[in-house]
Amino acid sequence: MKTLSANAMVGGLFVGAFVIAACIGSVWTPYDPMAIDMKARLAGPSTQHLLGADEFGRDVLSRLMLGASASGIVSLATVAIATVLGTALGSISGYLGGWTDRVLVAVTNALLAFPGILLALGLLAIFGANKYGIVLALGIAYTPSVARIVRGTVLSLREREFIDASRVSGDTEMYTLLRHILPNCIAPLTVLSTSMFGWTLLSESALSFLGLGVPPPAPTWGNMLAAARPYLAQAAWLAIFPGLCISIVLLGINLLGDALRDRLDPKMRGMQ
Amino acid sequence: MNTPTLLTVDRLVLGATALAPQVVNGVSLTLRRGERIGIVGESGSGKSMLMRAVIGLLPAGISKLGGTVRFEDRDMGDLQPEELRKLRGKGIGLIFQEPMTSLNPALTIGRQLEEGLALHTAMDAAQRRVAILAMLRRVGIADPDAAVRAFPHEFSGGMRQRIMIASVMLLEPALLIADEPTTALDAVVQREVLELLHALVEEKGTAMVLISHDMAMVAQYTDRVLVMQKGVCVEEGATSELLRAPRHEYTRKLLSALPRRAPARSVVPRAPLASVRNMKLAYGSGSSAKAVLHGIDLDIHPGEIVALVGGSGSGKTTLGRIIAGLLQPNEGTLTFRGQSVNRKSGGYADYRANCQMVFQDPYSSLDPRMRVREIVAAPLRHEKSMRSTARRERVNEVLSEVGLGPQFADRFPHQLSGGQRQRVAIARALARRPDLVIADEAVSALDMTVKAQILRLLLQLQEQQGFACLFISHDLGVVEQIADRVVVMHRGVIEEQGSRDEIFDRPTSSYTKKLLSAVPMLTPADGGGIDLVWRAA
Repeated sequence: MKTLSANAMVGGLFVGAFVIAACIGSVWTPYDPMAIDMKARLAGPSTQHLLGADEFGRDVLSRLMLGASASGIVSLATVAIATVLGTALGSISGYLGGWTDRVLVAVTNALLAFPGILLALGLLAIFGANKYGIVLALGIAYTPSVARIVRGTVLSLREREFIDASRVSGDTEMYTLLRHILPNCIAPLTVLSTSMFGWTLLSESALSFLGLGVPPPAPTWGNMLAAARPYLAQAAWLAIFPGLCISIVLLGINLLGDALRDRLDPKMRGMQ
Repeated sequence: MNTPTLLTVDRLVLGATALAPQVVNGVSLTLRRGERIGIVGESGSGKSMLMRAVIGLLPAGISKLGGTVRFEDRDMGDLQPEELRKLRGKGIGLIFQEPMTSLNPALTIGRQLEEGLALHTAMDAAQRRVAILAMLRRVGIADPDAAVRAFPHEFSGGMRQRIMIASVMLLEPALLIADEPTTALDAVVQREVLELLHALVEEKGTAMVLISHDMAMVAQYTDRVLVMQKGVCVEEGATSELLRAPRHEYTRKLLSALPRRAPARSVVPRAPLASVRNMKLAYGSGSSAKAVLHGIDLDIHPGEIVALVGGSGSGKTTLGRIIAGLLQPNEGTLTFRGQSVNRKSGGYADYRANCQMVFQDPYSSLDPRMRVREIVAAPLRHEKSMRSTARRERVNEVLSEVGLGPQFADRFPHQLSGGQRQRVAIARALARRPDLVIADEAVSALDMTVKAQILRLLLQLQEQQGFACLFISHDLGVVEQIADRVVVMHRGVIEEQGSRDEIFDRPTSSYTKKLLSAVPMLTPADGGGIDLVWRAA
């Protein structure tokens, strides 16, 4: 068996820590994340509150742990929606061509003309500012990027001779698409999905920061960051720790994405 | 032989590191002014790297580990980048293989031709223009005034290569390096471009190094040949002698790989297996439609090898794709075993099972994510009654038939060489024992000796299994070796058809004669080599 690359190890470590923290956080936290303790208001990191306490004396570590699961689930669901929708639209558009393609490309371009966050804001106004609203809004906002990448890949794959070979052997168009074209889209999709996971984590934070995310008092990394802003001078750790968490998870996911792409490449798979 | 020496390469070693296998290992050569030499070898022989080292354009990761290159009495290793730049173009000109990508698509032809003159000569704009127009006329561009304002995409591959030659020869370099200059072109254009190149080099007294895998071509245009194999020069000698009496085993192998005519076979006349009637096809629609086929009639009989030949743009590939069911014609009918082919007809399943295709590029025709076993088994999916053990057995059987054996079954395409990949592609086409195999330029992308092997394999399988084969090719040498019947296509119509010997020995159409003038006739020579005889156009 070959050894894991450094990318895979570091990325796996960071993401693994994130997943474990999220899992533990959803069943147990050192303190009740919602419990207000005015005595510990803005307390710095100490043995009692490892990462300090916020403006209501709530334990930052506990809130980060609970927030991890909220942020993680939102990002995962968003990426899933964008990937599924985008792959479907992109492959249909690329493989069928003609009018279907033109219409889908026009819609995609129109959506891409908006900055993602602006589009998500507009959609949030429709879906409502809660967890489900965020997932739907961000999912739809990221769909065009996926569709575009998949369409491009499908277009270049469609010209390859092994697609003709599949058709000559009597395979239906649908079978060719599912068996030969989509599997060859996995590598670019993996890279895109992992970076998308990072973007959504950031966007969710940004939306929460703007007050349109998961409503308080439920913690997410984004709304914790937002709430820390007025106290930046007195209690910098309130911003530093959620920010650090976001950065580390982003880094971990990107490293893991790179490693995954290398691993999924059949050229690497067949090595003895 | 008292002309001064122009280029000396002395025991040149090129490689990544001193430990890794060397790309070029101790090759020496000398070239006098005005001399024309050929470097022949297959891919990976180091022939291109050798010349890249001469001009100082080695790719990243490869460096000179030993030896010297001297050009016009100067050691190229001592030259500063500035001096080297002055030498490129003016002293040494380079023509690349790919005319489609070696011209900048964003600049007009005039701008690109002027660039070199502006850099290397003292001419003013008016003089440059005169020189460019004269050179374009010389390389056979009909309307030079229009050409200087045109962009590369407005020209065909052959014309672009002429323009490339013009841009290099404008500077009148002392040495011209032509690296596979015509490999991407079809046979007729290839001949024309080489004739032009040869005439120009002769006129200007330029020394030329012609790099190619095509022995016959090199033989025609050079005085001396170096044969390279795996980074080493295995044989060097005067072209005519080397051809007639090769000393090294590898040279003999290369010469024996040149296609030659096999004895004619008699094919028992039977009802046609596949027939095409009045086939018409145009790409695009309305006023921008470009007609590719103008009413083709063609019969393919059981058990015969029909070669479909013609230059690029003749419509031969389009016709092949229609017969394979990959393209729908605008007009005309395709019948298989007397039944019209369309998705709803009763005979469609039979047609689909029995009409298979082998593609040109083995690097693109195999799904990179699938193992050989899966690739070959893919068509068997449609044999509904076949059990999975029977399928596995059939895969192993057909892999053995194409000379690969079951040990290749678990490999991925990227773990195979070009020749092995093409064997897999053939195995896939034969998995369901079809009655008709369409081979579209199936050996064109392969190296010389591999090409000969694959051709032998195709012929042998055809004799064992008796399928009919539509062999589409622009390479008449290969066609001469393999075909029973030849159909010549030109601009979407059939120019001439007949048995192989009729077409090759007694061609009637002038286009066929032109095609034939591009390939030499081979006759065995006393020294174990061959004599090349070129047919008159």
